[in-house]
Amino acid sequence: MRRHYEEWSGFNGGAWTEEINVRSFITKNYTPYDGDESFLVGPTQNTLDLWDQVMDLTKQEREAGGVLDMDTHVVSSIVSHGPGYLNKEKETIVGFQTDKPFKRALHTYGGIRMAEKACKDNGYEVDPEISEFFTLHRKTHNAGVFDAYTPEMRACRSSHIITGLPDAYGRGRIIGDYRRVALYGIDRLIEDKNEQKMTTRTTMYSKVIRDREELAEQIRALQQLKQMAASYGYDISRPAKDTKEAIQWLYFAYLGAVKEQNGAAMSLGRTSTFIDIYAERDLRNGVYTEEELQEMVDHFVMKLRLVKFARTPEYNALFSGDPQWVTESIGGVGIDGRHMVTKMSYRYLHTLSNLGAAPEPNLTVLWSTKLPTNFKRFCAKVSIESSSVQYENDDLMRVSHGDDYAIACCVSSMRLGKEMQFFGARANLAKCLLYAINGGVDEISKKQVGPKYRPITSEYLDYNEVMEKYDEMMKWLANVYVNTLNIIHYMHDKYCYEKLQMALHDQHVTRWFATGIAGLSVVADSLSAIKYAKVKVVRDEDGIATDYIVEGDFPKYGNDDDRVDSIANEIVHTFMEHVRKNHTYRDSIPTTSILTITSNVVYGKNTGSTPDGRRKGEAFAPGANPMHRRDTHGAVASLASVAKLPFKDAQDGISNTFSIIPSALGKDNQVFMGDIEIDLDCSNGACGTPTLFEGLDAE
Amino acid sequence: MKGYIHSEESFGTVDGPGLRYVVFLQGCPMRCLYCHNPDTWKMQDGKQVEPSEIIDRFLKNQSFYKNGGITVTGGEPLLQIDFLISLFTLAKQFDIHTCIDTSGITYQDSDNYRSKLDELLTITDLVMLDIKHIHPDKHLHLTKQKNENILKFAKYLESKKVPLWIRHVVVPSITDDPNDLMDLGRFIGTLSNLKALDVLPYHTMGVNKYKELGLTYPLEGVEALSKEKAMEARKYILQGIKEIRSK
Repeated sequence: MRRHYEEWSGFNGGAWTEEINVRSFITKNYTPYDGDESFLVGPTQNTLDLWDQVMDLTKQEREAGGVLDMDTHVVSSIVSHGPGYLNKEKETIVGFQTDKPFKRALHTYGGIRMAEKACKDNGYEVDPEISEFFTLHRKTHNAGVFDAYTPEMRACRSSHIITGLPDAYGRGRIIGDYRRVALYGIDRLIEDKNEQKMTTRTTMYSKVIRDREELAEQIRALQQLKQMAASYGYDISRPAKDTKEAIQWLYFAYLGAVKEQNGAAMSLGRTSTFIDIYAERDLRNGVYTEEELQEMVDHFVMKLRLVKFARTPEYNALFSGDPQWVTESIGGVGIDGRHMVTKMSYRYLHTLSNLGAAPEPNLTVLWSTKLPTNFKRFCAKVSIESSSVQYENDDLMRVSHGDDYAIACCVSSMRLGKEMQFFGARANLAKCLLYAINGGVDEISKKQVGPKYRPITSEYLDYNEVMEKYDEMMKWLANVYVNTLNIIHYMHDKYCYEKLQMALHDQHVTRWFATGIAGLSVVADSLSAIKYAKVKVVRDEDGIATDYIVEGDFPKYGNDDDRVDSIANEIVHTFMEHVRKNHTYRDSIPTTSILTITSNVVYGKNTGSTPDGRRKGEAFAPGANPMHRRDTHGAVASLASVAKLPFKDAQDGISNTFSIIPSALGKDNQVFMGDIEIDLDCSNGACGTPTLFEGLDAE
Repeated sequence: MKGYIHSEESFGTVDGPGLRYVVFLQGCPMRCLYCHNPDTWKMQDGKQVEPSEIIDRFLKNQSFYKNGGITVTGGEPLLQIDFLISLFTLAKQFDIHTCIDTSGITYQDSDNYRSKLDELLTITDLVMLDIKHIHPDKHLHLTKQKNENILKFAKYLESKKVPLWIRHVVVPSITDDPNDLMDLGRFIGTLSNLKALDVLPYHTMGVNKYKELGLTYPLEGVEALSKEKAMEARKYILQGIKEIRSK
């Protein structure tokens, strides 16, 4: 039904006024910006003061050993804590996960043991009553999973052929469409959910019962969100009326999610162009100045940088640090052909300059060849200065995900409010290859973990024999892996349901069943060595292959060499085909990703020597990267190898981590941009740093 | 015809305009004290590669090289001039920007040589000429070769109107004398085809290669030059250019 709120005056109407449809609001109202960054402004004094305070607290936190304060008495929920501030007078955007900054909340629904350990490892102890309650009276996700695991699943888990499973912590990777709260206000959203609940089927199949229960949970979460915002003095039952409220409403929605869930990746979505619509209206009406708008964005980003969770050292080792993956997707191109860069896209990236570089929020540019040149140049500049910008291929993803998707974690794309994902960690395909050679016996523990297929007994490995056995072993692995995930997601829905995030989704969502691959380049190089060189097997006294001697050279993944790149391609495709053969929970669609961006060290540590010459325990390359130092033809060849991997089989994303020192990108920006016949009057300051041409007058 | 290739770099950012596919050729008659590629000295070393293989690899990833092209360097690429002619001829069929990074040492004042060179220059978009030293004796000491033909080569390029970048490496106590730098400027200032001046600070990244090859490093103990010092040297060269051009 059509609505009109006074907060919407000045906006163009459209489908969004009749239904919950943020994309419609954006396409009808946003203003593409083709100009450069010259309109941007620096930080205000308040911003600098607040950031000093943050830096001081960060220092205290570091000195305290990594954690400054933890809540051990109050279980975190949307309404568990009263308001918290840095400095109420100076903050334009407010809200913390607990009643003060840097105090980590207690999340117990994922698993009480993990919560206890996270506290203990940091020198705190969970209130015994809470421990007792979540052990005896209220079951957790973790407890549910272990009730259902088979012995085989447990064995795979402890041998690390499947690793990083979200069975003891929050799965994350779901992005609520937090913009809905700003655009519609809570009351309208509740009304919509009530309507959905009234129109479910009336025969009570278990599926219908589950839907009704979940909708009730969602409605309750929305009410709690309103209550939480009220504790900060805001009434979010109605739509946001200006930029400040829009950011604040949106942030409250996100804050509610991180209060409720300690997920492995708690991403923000695609908010900058949405917010820009409010900013343009406010600039037009003289409501706010550029300084005020940038200040709000700076304060918002500051809050996102202060999202913190209680985690264990093992968790941090797996993810190389303590990441939240507050990913924000910026830019991209619309289905109608207009690019989606706005002034707000610049303001978001500019926080890296106003507040200094930082890994969070994970600012991700949805890159397209059609982005405006000024924006491309600005991105390049910010990247060089901050090394903190992530890039994703919008031209590739737009085809299947449209123009209102966002990235969860590092590469997983999903349509906001319409698609969600079941995060599934990774299967270790390098170890799987070793299982194929050893007939399912783990090369480190010597236990029979996989099926007892006939091992390879020859002195030298034969490519066809290895491939045949590897295929069988991948089929087994895909089966046990998918079924393990089925249990995990069933239990997560049951005991640790993301009620607020799902309240900010449509009723009928598409669910992606995300699997993942670790060790791809190790496998590709190993198979290439077997095929193009000679690989001699070294076996221990029990006849288990524990080492390999490579005789001769072989093509290595990462050099744009089709002989080996085609092997990598085939492995991804084959594994994905095996995954697809299995039943997946809740009608979800299987996908895979190749993105061990942060866990490659841990996976490598638990894997024996491989036929490519990699030593036992040596780290894998991250994601789809070539193995370290094996790409000898420069970055373009290396990127070309990665680009050959089939996106249709790895729709959840392929990542390539690329570091380069700025000076290796040429000594002169103009030369790097390909100019030789340029204005020789660069010395007039137009070009900034001295160029190769400076001082050469064209007389 | 095949060329002797040391290696190929698909992401060349410092050898010419734009992002470039850089081919390092084998063989060099010079023995510069600061050479950082001693592994390219030998002529018949490395691998033998057909021009079409290089062009294929370039074309495969052509979209990366939109503003760039192919650069041949080495070693001294002009030692394999016939190979360059066939490589660039093929490159020009695909409209690829071509660049030679050379010391100019192979230049000969003969009709025979020049006719071959002319053939190459018609399909060359840019020459980066590395003048090691302007002073004849100091050049001989630094490179074991005379610079007479190198300077003639520069003049010849001018007569052919081939766009020219001059490169010069500044080594402490060897090529940093302000008078020499000014002289260099006075010489290159006369070249009407001069488009850019690239002054490079001496670095010590070649040291390990000498060790691997079992050679003694001639500049042992000479420290790498700072960027600032190189910029200072550049100013002297520019001063020389300005002086000659204002006459």
